[in-house]
Amino acid sequence: MKSYQEINEKIRKGKAVVLTAEEIIDYVDENGVKKTLNDVDVVTTGTFGAMCSSGAFINFGHSDPPIKMHKVWLNDVPVFAGLAAVDAYIGATEPSDTHGIVYGGGHVIEDLIAGHSVHLLSTARPTDCYPRRRIDTFIDINSVNQAYLYNPRNAYQNYSVALNSSGRTLYTYMGKLLPYMGNATYSTSGPLSPLLNDPHLRTIGMGTRIFLGGSVGYVAWEGTQHNPQKHRNDKEIPIGPGATIAVMGDLRGMSTEFIRGATFHNYGATLYVGLGIPIPLLDEEMVSFTAVRDDDILVPVFDYSVEKRSRPELGKVTYRQLQSGSIQIKGRTIKTAPLASYKKARQIASILKGWIMKGGFLLNEPAVPLPSEQQPKSLEIRGREE
Amino acid sequence: MKRQRFILTFPQHLIEEPLTYVLVKDYDLKFNILNARITPNEEGKLVLELTGEEGNMEKAILYVRDRGIQVEILSKDIRRDDEKCIHCGACTAVCPSGALYLDRENFEVKLDKEKCIMCTLCVNACPVNVIRVEI
Repeated sequence: MKSYQEINEKIRKGKAVVLTAEEIIDYVDENGVKKTLNDVDVVTTGTFGAMCSSGAFINFGHSDPPIKMHKVWLNDVPVFAGLAAVDAYIGATEPSDTHGIVYGGGHVIEDLIAGHSVHLLSTARPTDCYPRRRIDTFIDINSVNQAYLYNPRNAYQNYSVALNSSGRTLYTYMGKLLPYMGNATYSTSGPLSPLLNDPHLRTIGMGTRIFLGGSVGYVAWEGTQHNPQKHRNDKEIPIGPGATIAVMGDLRGMSTEFIRGATFHNYGATLYVGLGIPIPLLDEEMVSFTAVRDDDILVPVFDYSVEKRSRPELGKVTYRQLQSGSIQIKGRTIKTAPLASYKKARQIASILKGWIMKGGFLLNEPAVPLPSEQQPKSLEIRGREE
Repeated sequence: MKRQRFILTFPQHLIEEPLTYVLVKDYDLKFNILNARITPNEEGKLVLELTGEEGNMEKAILYVRDRGIQVEILSKDIRRDDEKCIHCGACTAVCPSGALYLDRENFEVKLDKEKCIMCTLCVNACPVNVIRVEI
């Protein structure tokens, strides 16, 4: 048994032993769980994938005369301003009024991080305290007050595989799905995936300090559609999409290496988010959890050609099979392709490892654990009184 | 020996010409069909890579043009901005020839231009818009 305090003390002294979620697998194989717990303090994880439920709060500061912004555009992308006078939320998937999905809220966020000037246009109904009707100017990351990511749902635990059995190409948030099961796409970093290394979220909760977009961020809340009660295999890994987290972090300090605006053709704009979570090895159970390997992760395959909430499941495959380049579904060999970058996931786990080893990144014990008993609800169509 | 890629466009009435047979037999050229779209009663398109003696290749091109087939040298190229690529792998999902592939050692997306058949499916499959067709 180890406490957060003991681990942080070692981090402060620059003596913490940190391995990435890939390195820990071999270490446990060679040394066993008991010795690993004794030798290793922290395991770092990483993922870099398209996470649509992302966005950023921004406060522009007050102009003279001041304005209570009603409609607001940043580089022609509408942003939500139904807050106080100069507060707004940039939603990652919001398309540009002039360029459509080729440039969306995610691209605005990337431009802000890159330090570019961003065009701000706002119209308003004047009030006695906010007389201005219109403002047309430029802002950048340093000219505004606050600018921070607040992503309501990131780091999905074990997202499913997509394929298409129909006769036409489908354009989806899982990329271009070729007809007649011509390909299968997936979006998880497998053994490096943050929430697969702590499947019950024992160490991940409100206040957990994380790597976010190249800088330091925090877990803010449970993610939307958080599903901790998904059916699990004997390694405690949920079979299909399970837990999610909401995360936040200052845009200042983030890097376009780890936050990128993106567009899925004929589908929409989104944001690629780089995220890594350090997992403290508190006891033997946590050691076993972080030793999760690619064939422990079982992922369901869904047919996206069926326009239903519950798409038919065509089978289950392991992450190892997905990473090999092909899977077998209904007796056919189907080419697989990832949408999340494993290369970047590795890079994130390794950068986070460096931060902790150098002593500058301490672990936060969650202030509040995330719910462990709840299931996502679906939306029914009904009348007011039903 | 010379190797060159060509796009051949057939008018409807020439679709049944045994063209590749002549290229091999009379001009001693090796051919590799990179992309073909030949449907009855329509125009046909053939992307060919030819290998052989330079003189033979020139004569062969004259022969093909004489038959009323339009011949263009394939000089377009797929370019990727390697600096901006995030190596996600989305392009490998649609690449039919394996020109774009994931290196399973370091999980980088690699582009093997030798295998590219210029189908251009990857261009809009790239979520960060770093693949382009250049002439």
